[in-house]
Amino acid sequence: MRRFTFHRLWAMVLKEFIQMKRDRLTFGMMVGIPLMQLVLFGFAINSDPKHLPTALRIADHGPFARTLVAALRTSGYFNLVTEAATEAEARRLLRLGDVQFVINIPEGFSRQLLRGERPTLLIEADATDPAATGPALSAIRAIADHVLDRDLVGPLARLRAKPGPIDFQIHAHYNPENITHYNVVPGLLGVVLTMTMVVITALAITRERERGTMENLLATPVRPFEVMLGKIIPYIIVGYIQLTLILLAARVLFDVPMVGSLALVYAVSLPFIAANLAMGITFSTLAKNQLQAVQMAFFFFLPSILLSGFMFPFRGMPEWAQWVGSILPNTHFLRIVRGILLKGNGLAEIAPELWPLLAFLVVAMAVGVKRYRQTLD
Amino acid sequence: MSGSAFAIDVTGVTKRFGDKTVVNAIDLRVQRGEIYGFLGPNGSGKTTFIRMLCGLLTPDAGTGTCLGYDVRTQQADIKRHVGYMTQKFSYYEDLSIRENLDFIARLYAVSDRRAAVQRSLERLGLVNRSHQLAGELSGGWKQRLALAACLIHSPQLLLLDEPTAGVDPKARREFWDELHRLAADGITVLITTHYMDEAERCHRLAYLAYGNLLAHGTLADVLANGRLTTWTVTGPELSALAATLRGRAGVEQVVAFGTTLHVSGRDAAQLDAAVAAVRSPRHEWKKTRSSLEDVFISLMDQAKDNFA
Repeated sequence: MRRFTFHRLWAMVLKEFIQMKRDRLTFGMMVGIPLMQLVLFGFAINSDPKHLPTALRIADHGPFARTLVAALRTSGYFNLVTEAATEAEARRLLRLGDVQFVINIPEGFSRQLLRGERPTLLIEADATDPAATGPALSAIRAIADHVLDRDLVGPLARLRAKPGPIDFQIHAHYNPENITHYNVVPGLLGVVLTMTMVVITALAITRERERGTMENLLATPVRPFEVMLGKIIPYIIVGYIQLTLILLAARVLFDVPMVGSLALVYAVSLPFIAANLAMGITFSTLAKNQLQAVQMAFFFFLPSILLSGFMFPFRGMPEWAQWVGSILPNTHFLRIVRGILLKGNGLAEIAPELWPLLAFLVVAMAVGVKRYRQTLD
Repeated sequence: MSGSAFAIDVTGVTKRFGDKTVVNAIDLRVQRGEIYGFLGPNGSGKTTFIRMLCGLLTPDAGTGTCLGYDVRTQQADIKRHVGYMTQKFSYYEDLSIRENLDFIARLYAVSDRRAAVQRSLERLGLVNRSHQLAGELSGGWKQRLALAACLIHSPQLLLLDEPTAGVDPKARREFWDELHRLAADGITVLITTHYMDEAERCHRLAYLAYGNLLAHGTLADVLANGRLTTWTVTGPELSALAATLRGRAGVEQVVAFGTTLHVSGRDAAQLDAAVAAVRSPRHEWKKTRSSLEDVFISLMDQAKDNFA
């Protein structure tokens, strides 16, 4: 009777479902976490911040200055909240964080402009957070080049900005409007699954040991592989529920384009979910109690968020960090899901990302099963 | 399965954890249908020995059979025919009584599962509580559930590790009545306990200390082999008397039981001499049969001398 049998596996699966049903808190967490993360990341995170508080220090009230100010306002990036009378006051506003920018229009701006002397416009920015100031600063350059074209007519036309020697044409594919949550929401699939799947399996097996029920299980004919599979199968189903929730929200709440095949998304999610569950099982064989299991899961979760390209551009990281990131299943899963949903990639295009994911799954599973067996004697 | 009369028949069973020998070359034979009591101080290796019998641990040395199956190689077969009750309650507290039994019955692939679950609920008087969560039960009911669960697959051998710890006297007595009914049905029971009254209800006993089997046999055998002489004293100022007795040659144990004092030693002549020296008409002295507890404590003291 050393063989795997279906009825023992089924007994484990059934038991796991009953326990899941009884443990309202954990069950709530499994549904609540994806929803909360969706709302937080989907609605709250924006990599193209607008309406930044800005102070003006105007020493010139000529028409050109007025046009410039109007243009800044309509760009959407600058929210002109106050005027600073002196340089000292402008500094104070920046230091206190009341404003992100101070735009100084110097005395004689219009006169110098008319004389063709290229007057200097000083923009002071609170650049502690580069992500907050970057997009606004590039917008201001574009504004400055052409905002005055309408005023510079007749003999003044010679003052207009001259086109450079090269003309750029930019086609921003897949997300032309630069909408952050088109990128974030598909990424959340990987993050939510990593977070819940690893923690939950790590807990589920450690709990058996902590409560002494593992000893009882081992004294019955149930095989270790049946116990493991019995723990994994219910959580694969939970993983798919989470996946469906997030995809629904992506469609309904965030209007994320879904160019590629949803069936393919569901199919590649299986090895990803299984890889995380295997990781959870490996942790559970190392952890002495449930607290340790959660702590270990956290160690895995942090790099999965920070180094996977979910939060920060993957190519912007130093090489060693990219190496670490390349090991993590989330990194590859993110690329696969974004590729399918936003670019319409098919199996051929995602294949290069699929095999590292499968490799991780095989290794994690092997380590998990091996460690689990060792705990028997 | 062999037709052996012994449910357990092992020789030289040894288990080491690191450089610590937890079970040291134990030989044990338990006849079918017998209730065999396993006694010994905490950490004496009782649990480890039981775990080796039920296939949870592999012995480092020694050979033998459990229900005719080899304890080293046929652990899967042993597991199917043995019911093991762990020291700590180890069923699922977030499952009801019925769900727990149903789960275990599924694992053993019990035929006609529903009926088997119902039968075991009835046998142990759990029917009215079958929907209660195991975590809400008191100690006595948890113990009944555990017994029901390890009987559900009709095992031929029950290994019970301190099943009655923390259970009230009435529930304990009912538990033992049930064990005797099971033994009458031909089930072999190996049980560990710290209670002397329970030890006396076993057909045979073994005493284990520091991994060594120090004594075994029927109650009468164990008492006889203890070679202990015991006097009881009643009268005034017993604690002063106890103080003068302690430390005298031949006096090994002086224990107060309410208004009497038990004085025992292995060397009868020396003990009698010590008693004669302090004896006075104020106290009433009587020679009695040594109790099992006196014998065990004496065995343990010897073991400490030999193995410490």
